[in-house]
Amino acid sequence: MANREIGRPSLASLFVGFVRIGMMSFGGGLAAWTRREVVQHRGWLDEQQFLSGYALSQLVPGATNVNLAVFIGTQLRGVPGALACFAGLTALPVTIVLIAGTIYIHSHAGPWFSIALSGMGAVALGMNLGLGVRLALNNIRRIAPAAVTAAVTLGIGVLGFPLPYVLAVMMPVSLLLAWLGRKP
Amino acid sequence: MTPVLLQLFWLFALLSMLAFGGGAGVLPDIQRAAVDHYHWMTPGEFLDMFAISRAAPGPGSLIVLLIGQKAAGLPGAAVSFVAMFLPPCVMVHFVARGWHRAGRSAWREVVERALAPVAIGLTFSSGLALMRATETGIIAYAITVIGAALFAFTKVNPIALLVCGAAVMLMSAG
Repeated sequence: MANREIGRPSLASLFVGFVRIGMMSFGGGLAAWTRREVVQHRGWLDEQQFLSGYALSQLVPGATNVNLAVFIGTQLRGVPGALACFAGLTALPVTIVLIAGTIYIHSHAGPWFSIALSGMGAVALGMNLGLGVRLALNNIRRIAPAAVTAAVTLGIGVLGFPLPYVLAVMMPVSLLLAWLGRKP
Repeated sequence: MTPVLLQLFWLFALLSMLAFGGGAGVLPDIQRAAVDHYHWMTPGEFLDMFAISRAAPGPGSLIVLLIGQKAAGLPGAAVSFVAMFLPPCVMVHFVARGWHRAGRSAWREVVERALAPVAIGLTFSSGLALMRATETGIIAYAITVIGAALFAFTKVNPIALLVCGAAVMLMSAG
């Protein structure tokens, strides 16, 4: 893509990259926007690095995509990089949410407001699920990892088991499978 | 700090450390505290704030700004923001440093290959859990499924998708 950078990006371009992610992500879908910017447009991480960062960001408690921004910033530029990514990601959304909140507290929008919001939210959820489909098609080539993905999806997403318990079982299983399947 | 600011700080600092798999996991706890325990808002106000924070760009966890703002004005929003994001960010920063230092070691390659399918499974499961928690009615489900298919298999502009989603929802509501 156009502005692909080689090597370590500058703090300014990290900040701008994450401002773009924050600005685009109406209705959520942040993971999809982050991958688009960081992997596809800028080439700061390859898909494998993005996926590990995304997984680790979910293993640590807290908002996944904020964690992911800090993770990426730390990887690329240490503490200043983490701060640049965090500030970039949150600057515009914080402003927008505070303005929306002020308007909401002091007035009352018609019902069309929350109806339109729910439509955008439904699309954003679809984007995240669609991202899962894309990632699965690009990265899962064998039975063992496909079974791990299916088990995590079924356990948490369908059966509603608590996430820490499911991961406490599936992380060791996945590690064992990856270790057994490693290249000699 | 006033009592309300301290309440906001401890509430969100504690919940941020319990939010495994993302901020959505502790939303029911936030609702219980803000509505039933501290009476900062009515249940309807909480749902509206949830809708605003989810539709606005950025992480859905920014709902803590709205709750803090309602409870204690702008200082409340600032305290809630710091409490919600600082503890996990510090943790993930140290995880990332350890990860970086591991370089291209053999164990990191194995861990990377083990994490990928877990990350993809978590993407699906958080989407499904949010669908169950927030969507009612066939129209919302249909928008999500069609949006997922278009996003996965075409190069359609996501902003156009979002606008279409809002338009379909408005038209279906008459």
